[in-house]
Amino acid sequence: MIGTTTPAMPTAPGVPAIVSSRFGVADGHTLEGYRSSGSYEGYSALRAVLEMSPSAASEIVKDASLLGRGGAGFPAGIKWGFCPADVWPRYIVVNGDESEPGTYKDRVLMERDPHQLIEGCLIAAYAIGAAQVFLYVRGEMAHAQERIAAALNEAYAAGLVGRNILGTDFSVDIVLHWGAGAYIVGEETALIESLEGNRGMPRLKPPFFPAAKGVYLAPTIVNNVETLSNLPWLFSHSVEEYRSVGTDSSPGTRLIALSGHVENPGIFEVAQGTTTFRELFESELYGNGIRAGHELKMFIPGGASAPWFFPEQVDLPLEGRVVGGAGSMLGSGAVVVMDETTDAVRACLRLVRFFARESCGKCTPCREGTTWEEKILQRILDGHGRPSDLELLLDVADNISPGPYPVASDPANDLDAVPYPPRQTTICPLGPSSVAPITSAIRRFRHEFEDKIVQRDLIPVEGVSVDV
Amino acid sequence: MSEPPRRIEITEPVTITVDGREVTAQNGEWLIDACERNDAYIPRFCYHPRMEPVGMCRMCLVEVDTGRGPALQPSCMLPVTPGMSVDTTNDKVAKAQDGVLEFLLSNHPLDCPVCDKGGECPLQDQTMAYGPGESRFVEEKRHYEKPIPISETVFLDRERCILCDRCTRFASDVAGDPLIHFIDRGSQTEIATFPDEPFASYFSGNTVQICPVGALTAKPYRFRARPWDLEEVESTCTSCSVGCRVTIQSSRNQLVRYQGVDSDPVNWSWLCDKGRFGHEASNSEDRLREPMRRSEDGALRVAQWSDALGAAAAAIRSVDPSRVAVLGGARLTNESQYAWTKLAKSVIGTDHVDAQLGDGLPAEVVLGLPGASIDDVCAKGGTVLYLGPDPKEELPVLYLRLRHAAVSDSVRIVECSPMRSGLSPYAAASLQYAPGELPALVAALCSGDVPDGGVAGVDADTVRSAAALLDGIDDLSVVVGRANLAETAGVVVDAIDAVRSARPGARYLSALRRGNVRGALEAGMSPGLLPGRTTIATGSATWTEAWGAVPTAAGLDGLGILDAAAEGRLDVLILLGADPLTDAADRSLARRAIAGAGTVISLDSLPSASTLQSDIVLPVAAFGECDGTTTNLEGRVTVLHQKVTPPGTARTDWMIAAELALRLGGDLGVESSQVELWDELVKHSAPHDGLSSAALAAQEDPDGLLLPLDATIELAATTPTNVPPRSADSLRLVVNRTLYDSGSAISHCASSAALVPEASVRLSPADAAAMGLETGTFVTVASSHGSVSVPAVVDPGVPGGAAVVRHNLESVDAGVLVDAADPVCDVRVELR
Repeated sequence: MIGTTTPAMPTAPGVPAIVSSRFGVADGHTLEGYRSSGSYEGYSALRAVLEMSPSAASEIVKDASLLGRGGAGFPAGIKWGFCPADVWPRYIVVNGDESEPGTYKDRVLMERDPHQLIEGCLIAAYAIGAAQVFLYVRGEMAHAQERIAAALNEAYAAGLVGRNILGTDFSVDIVLHWGAGAYIVGEETALIESLEGNRGMPRLKPPFFPAAKGVYLAPTIVNNVETLSNLPWLFSHSVEEYRSVGTDSSPGTRLIALSGHVENPGIFEVAQGTTTFRELFESELYGNGIRAGHELKMFIPGGASAPWFFPEQVDLPLEGRVVGGAGSMLGSGAVVVMDETTDAVRACLRLVRFFARESCGKCTPCREGTTWEEKILQRILDGHGRPSDLELLLDVADNISPGPYPVASDPANDLDAVPYPPRQTTICPLGPSSVAPITSAIRRFRHEFEDKIVQRDLIPVEGVSVDV
Repeated sequence: MSEPPRRIEITEPVTITVDGREVTAQNGEWLIDACERNDAYIPRFCYHPRMEPVGMCRMCLVEVDTGRGPALQPSCMLPVTPGMSVDTTNDKVAKAQDGVLEFLLSNHPLDCPVCDKGGECPLQDQTMAYGPGESRFVEEKRHYEKPIPISETVFLDRERCILCDRCTRFASDVAGDPLIHFIDRGSQTEIATFPDEPFASYFSGNTVQICPVGALTAKPYRFRARPWDLEEVESTCTSCSVGCRVTIQSSRNQLVRYQGVDSDPVNWSWLCDKGRFGHEASNSEDRLREPMRRSEDGALRVAQWSDALGAAAAAIRSVDPSRVAVLGGARLTNESQYAWTKLAKSVIGTDHVDAQLGDGLPAEVVLGLPGASIDDVCAKGGTVLYLGPDPKEELPVLYLRLRHAAVSDSVRIVECSPMRSGLSPYAAASLQYAPGELPALVAALCSGDVPDGGVAGVDADTVRSAAALLDGIDDLSVVVGRANLAETAGVVVDAIDAVRSARPGARYLSALRRGNVRGALEAGMSPGLLPGRTTIATGSATWTEAWGAVPTAAGLDGLGILDAAAEGRLDVLILLGADPLTDAADRSLARRAIAGAGTVISLDSLPSASTLQSDIVLPVAAFGECDGTTTNLEGRVTVLHQKVTPPGTARTDWMIAAELALRLGGDLGVESSQVELWDELVKHSAPHDGLSSAALAAQEDPDGLLLPLDATIELAATTPTNVPPRSADSLRLVVNRTLYDSGSAISHCASSAALVPEASVRLSPADAAAMGLETGTFVTVASSHGSVSVPAVVDPGVPGGAAVVRHNLESVDAGVLVDAADPVCDVRVELR
């Protein structure tokens, strides 16, 4: 079976499959498969890295301008440099707690190519001098956990992980840690709390920037699964080859998880910065068009916490700064497409409810505010909305994220975009994320809300819930 | 909020701008404190000056420019930096505060009229000051079953809870009892205990005090008073010798609540539950209200004060002074102790006076060692040799301070104890020694000279690594006390001698348990001692001049008094709040003493086994019922205040002493108040110089004034105690105290009485296995003096060769096993 392939996931001409080259390989998740298939030879990059100095390896990542793929898009090489000099031990934590609605690219990376991630971990650990790597995988992803566990066992047995890796002085352990199922643990400080055995609640930064004070208050680099999965290809090729894809500010490729009302939803590796949303939706390689007979109403360009985009924004490239300036974010690479059959109020409730249920309960505005937003939206859908509810919703939202909230432009009504990011009265951005669908939906589709609001000021005694 | 910012000394001043004003703050302190100190109070719920901030409630958001433009930041987690500019009142801040309060109130029941917190509630107060005025929340609020008991004394109302993390942080970070935590998430988050595991913490009452809403309430205070009906006065808790500063509150002349006050050198606002709920004993129906005399039919009958005092005076007058003894007095105020010392040693003319029942340390050890304050012991980066009793059981707030020192201030504690204690988990080294062998262990620790076979039952490697921690530490702090009541004080004295010879620079904190035992010794309530740290040899001239007469020879100590009474050599035994029948380590000696003494006169506030056996019972005013001063274990003198009137015709101890003096033809020289007694002591006592009643009254902080730490009493040379070897078929007994015992303070305290543990004998797993015992097996523990039947508990914290029984538990009388004349007590444990 080794080397047997199912139809490979295609990339656009001239775009190399940097992280997805084994997605179509049936045995790509095994050590043998990793070595014998894909766009580079497995663990050959590690061998090369072990021959250079750690700082040279860091420089390569910095030169490549490898952007973090977890959401914030911060350059990984620069992040690595934030570890205070001469403070040991250092740790690497791999954030595999992907759980935003619409986002599922890391799960596939962990299931289909676990060795690629392990090799990425080893390269990063060598570069920053980490004593240990914690691989934190979301609790619900049983298959990914099993694949990683099996791959780790193979790698340990092959002398690729553990003591004296490949016969060198370099030793590092990789520990697989299963999450218990909480979206907030995708936030790096909450993930560290969870890893330490505490309740997954974010820490305030400062003082707890993980690079300075992370796991057990030691310097810790938290990197996303996809970020680290880029390293083996980068080190088996060159910075120039890496930077030849995408744009100067956003080089390389990104995995996009496309879902919703397109003909061909799925995961696609696209060039960063140059690919547009239109190409993503319409190209035969990717979405293959909005589903037949329907038209685009709105889309979420970067996961549930991103403000919505509308047809006017489809020609924007998948480039962090451009999308940020247009009032949203690329976030975790989840693009959700909604056509005209989508009820904006229900979509809004659906998203707000997610944040309300996933709020960790630490900060008052998020804990109480997101639930309040959910209750107001539910009441509107139940037919008990009041005319005053829209202003109330917006003001409750303003108490979670004060000031103008990022939103896309609305040329028809001569309204400008408010650029990303939002401000917050909370520690982490979860609470403010709940505001994204509210401000987006009310600004664009106020009439849909008003249509549902019965013109009376009665409070329900017993609510009748509409299924959404 | 009731917690003021911590008083700090500004050592690194920086200038910051607060609301347009330039003010001085300490570099690195939390912004919330700097603003409050400079008259810009920032509202808050979760922040507590004695706990690490969490930034949870978001009430303290202010607008700060830290270089990236003005942004809302939680001032409780923002350290002050030079040039910082902060706006605490602008529109953005006001809207954020308004918003947070509206959020907090959205699910908070508006049951203020029936809530105990109403009237002193931070949520109520801050809503009035900063809140939106009305709520826009029209949805249904959260509902929970309420209130639910989370312990014997604390109730939780989850609907009122605003999830500020104060109680949970206190439990895990301050008390080290992480028994409550959040469960679930988002708006369904609630505080919970673990299933079937109550919040059984000795410090649970603190969570009630720091709860910013009425979510946590304490059984003794629930629905007892409204805050606006309370009268209050500051005082010092005397239930143990730590001397925690408290506010005592009353309603309709009844004590209803004690709240901790933040005394920086002592209790940091914390209290233990025994102290906090002690007012229940004061309000007990059983309080002694009228004097009693034993009538001819043998029963105690209510008597007039004049009859009772007349009889007492007659009994004393009719015998030789050397046949009169005064036992106890550690519960009294400094003034009453001085009055009683003067009465006994000058008017009556006996030196058989001892505030301790043979279960403490010799007075010259307590007063003769160079002292260390609690702050000295807990100073950052220091090293402590801990030879005292389990502080969590006996001196709970000292435990909190030591725990904080070890966890947060890098203090290394080397603990030597007969079994693992509440302090052990935080000690850098915790050594469990064989009873009686502490001096050898201490000598080995100080010298690093460890025989390969180990010492005192501790293996050589453990001793060596602990010795390494002490190596080269000349300014060692040593905490000394009685960890084992079945072992003679001489063993501890020998251990102290070993430290003194090896570490001349060491300083000592004596961890004696009884409330004002230090004050008693400072007042001379010990044989051979006179007030002001003088002895009959060194203080005669001073005190003869002051009093007219002083004893010429040292009298009997506590054990000597009991011995003499048992042998019929005492005609009058005066018990000052002492209850030898339940409190003496040697129970049979106590029984024989009470039976053998001629006339037993007991001064007490509650009936005890000993008062019921007395011939004359004089009811006295308890804590909160009399003015005066008290001295804590460091030698810190603080002022006690009366808040309510004593029950019935109970009088203060010093009044009784003054009255008896007059009836005996003497005069204590007190006309109207105890202040005269104190000022007389201060006038003649060199260590009390500067501690006049006027100086104490002029104190602005709650910290009182510390007596000199340097000793003025000569330490006499002692003869080493000879401890016989243990025979192979016996175990060596450890008797130690638990916080909730069967003493009168607890047994008359409704909410704490249920917490008194069942008696047991604790055995090491190895000994238990050798005897075929498991936890729950009933065994007989027998010494050559007596035996008891108790269930065994297999406890890995007990070293091999030891058997541990708690002192003074009603279910089993461990005192029958002990003979005070023996240096140690060996027992056999057998299956029943």
